Amino acid sequence: MEEVAGGMAEGRAPLLEMRGIRKSFVGVEVLHGVDLDLRAGEIHAIVGENGAGKSTLVKVLAGVHAPDEGTVRIDGEEVSFTHPHAAQAAGVGIVYQEFNLLPDRTVAENVFVGREPAARGIVDRRGMERETAALLEEVGETSFGPRTLVRRLSVAQQQVVEIVKARSLDARILVLDEPTAALADHEVELLFALVRRLQERGIGMLYISHRLREVFALADRITVLKDGGLVKTLATSETDSRGLVNLMVGRELDGYFPPRAEPGDLGDVRLEVTGLSTALLRDVSLQVRAGEIVGVAGLQGSGRTELARAIFGADPITAGTVAIDGKPRRFRTPRAAVRAGLGFITEDRKLEGLALAQSIADNMLLAVRTVIPGARKRRAAKGLMSVKDLAAVTELRAQGPEQEVRFLSGGNQQKVVLAKWLETRPQILIFDEPTRGIDVGAKAGIHDLIRKLAKEGVAVLMISSELPELIGMSDRILVMHEGTVAGELPAGAGESDIMQLATGHQEAAA
Amino acid sequence: MTVVDPPETHPRPPRERRSASWRRGALASPAAPVFGALIGVFILAWIVVTIRGGDFLTVSNIVNMLQRSVALGIVSAGQTLVILLGSLDLSVSQVISLSSLLAATTMDGQSANVIPAILLVLGVGALIGLANGLIITKLRVNAFIATLGMALIISGIIQNNWDGPAGRVSEGFESFGYTRFGIVPASAFLLLAVVVLVYALLRYTRFGYRIYAVGGDEEVSKLSGLRTHRTIVTAHVLCSMLAAVTGLFLASRLGSGTPTVGTDGGYDLESIAAVVLGGTALMGGRGGVLGTIGGVFILAVLDNTFNQLEVNAFLKDVVRGLIIIAAVAVYARRQGRDA
Repeated sequence: MEEVAGGMAEGRAPLLEMRGIRKSFVGVEVLHGVDLDLRAGEIHAIVGENGAGKSTLVKVLAGVHAPDEGTVRIDGEEVSFTHPHAAQAAGVGIVYQEFNLLPDRTVAENVFVGREPAARGIVDRRGMERETAALLEEVGETSFGPRTLVRRLSVAQQQVVEIVKARSLDARILVLDEPTAALADHEVELLFALVRRLQERGIGMLYISHRLREVFALADRITVLKDGGLVKTLATSETDSRGLVNLMVGRELDGYFPPRAEPGDLGDVRLEVTGLSTALLRDVSLQVRAGEIVGVAGLQGSGRTELARAIFGADPITAGTVAIDGKPRRFRTPRAAVRAGLGFITEDRKLEGLALAQSIADNMLLAVRTVIPGARKRRAAKGLMSVKDLAAVTELRAQGPEQEVRFLSGGNQQKVVLAKWLETRPQILIFDEPTRGIDVGAKAGIHDLIRKLAKEGVAVLMISSELPELIGMSDRILVMHEGTVAGELPAGAGESDIMQLATGHQEAAA
Repeated sequence: MTVVDPPETHPRPPRERRSASWRRGALASPAAPVFGALIGVFILAWIVVTIRGGDFLTVSNIVNMLQRSVALGIVSAGQTLVILLGSLDLSVSQVISLSSLLAATTMDGQSANVIPAILLVLGVGALIGLANGLIITKLRVNAFIATLGMALIISGIIQNNWDGPAGRVSEGFESFGYTRFGIVPASAFLLLAVVVLVYALLRYTRFGYRIYAVGGDEEVSKLSGLRTHRTIVTAHVLCSMLAAVTGLFLASRLGSGTPTVGTDGGYDLESIAAVVLGGTALMGGRGGVLGTIGGVFILAVLDNTFNQLEVNAFLKDVVRGLIIIAAVAVYARRQGRDA
């Protein structure tokens, strides 16, 4: 009641008001009571590091996730969306970060999916195509028409379709989640023009972007999220990019990290990548020595994971070489990479790293049983650790080796993944987000384990979105931006240095 | 403050344009290759049968093939709806058997009972489809398991109540199965009507658009605000109702209801085979009912040819199996090239 009164006092209720939004997934709270409001005709930017909770907040607004706590009001009236359809009907349009198009349907069919104009159930195809053509013209897109199949469009063209789709909703609240990630500069300009035109019509827009330059160019106000909580909402005029970066990352370097490698710990170059290019990478070169932990920083979509996948033989390489212990190798399958002594601890444990319905023991032995050639297996058998030893080494907390992996906590699941790779005696380990979704205590255990492996001579490449982790663990940090290495920083580099390289926003801060 | 660098020119590859233009017109229909294959199979069958001294390109033989295609054609049209959606229905055979029994026993030879019997059968079909759809969407049971379970349930009910042919359809209803307009059997018009209806449904209605959308990507459809569950349930209702229509048609042909008429015809797997042979992707989102009818005709021509050549029944199945696998492999290649 008080909120309503407060809103009235200002004149009228804001277009959108989100209060105290909390949301947990499988026991981990990812939004800790976030407040956000949006006025008609306002562009409100939401910034924050990866995992800050931006996308989850958007999905609450979209009716994809129901909040555990908190209220959403539109024009002062409380709403509760149980299905995206309801959010759409209430005037909320969303352009998602990941593409939401149907490749086998035409542009017009995609734009109007689920709300095809129809008279008595018969779709007015011509009208739909005419309207789509008009919308395409409005955004200045002439390279394709309403009848083109979406699968024949480039990524940038698909982004245009997404925006046209959102525009056609006649939404009063429009959310743009990283709308420029796939656009060329002139296309960004067209997008900006469109956004400003929509603003003049009184549409309120939430603009999520990693590109601070865009945020400063467009936004009236900026909300900073961090680790699922609200840091601050401020007027764009009150801040600059340095101030914003500090708000985004500004936290104490908390927690304990194991000591870094001494110069004497480092051995020969184990992994050397030269001029590596794939569909998404351009000319990436790097070296990792035995005993060294090299951190890889970068925003989502900067090519971090793609780099790991390319080295590991999971994505085709178009140019460049990967050398292991000085010998050039080109892995055509992950299996070949594993046989050569590589291990890859993937970002998504549930999807790629574990067979969830199988036991701890089965998972731990999965890689050894299926991939390692017989001779090496027999040789290794003598020194092979038992499942019990592995559990001890990784400090796994579980009921027993037969427990199904899906019943373990995130931290313990990750330990099972680690154990799986330890058993193959890897020479090179690539970690992608080794501690995502893991509680603080388990994090430290995994950090210790990674350092211990390095001490034993394993070359470690560690991708992480968590800057404190990267800074605390790495002996060197590579920062990726748009598919290439934007720079290298020594151990103990500052968070803002990393963020500036990662956002491609070096010049503004310099 | 300049925000954006001066625009660069980004030449776009003209590749897509060219391939798009020749795809228009008759060739653009996704069913075109299926009918090409049908013509090929037809000519091959004609040559082989004629050499071996059989009758192939005669009016009676063609009418015969057409008539044999009606039942499979109607079920497959329904099956097309659910497969396009990314689902499937394994309970159609049992629905056909049950429908033939319900129709024949309700009519009991009285023409006054024809309309109530038809309504009852369609109603039961709709309820079974509704149950399938709700089990798949609300209980989140995989379509394969849901409809297989439904098939078992119906089969149990049939076996509990009937142990052989039962009931009698009215004379007027029975004559439908044999009526001809000139040389064309009336049942061919029934098939034509069903195909036109399903084609129009898929091509012109919102429901049809939504089937393609949900089959293309259920999550994307949902995020776009489409109420996917409704679409899935409706498609299953229609699929089961078309299976019920098939049961009515077979009751009319046979004069009575038979507990095994659906399973003997193997309509569950045959209809799925016809759909994939017709170029509809088993994962959904791509294809259409015209291709399915092409697939049904291909199967009919093969059947007819094998019968005339008196080919061993087992060899017949081997050849059919090979053709279905080869067809899907060809579609997979085409798709890979397109993507």
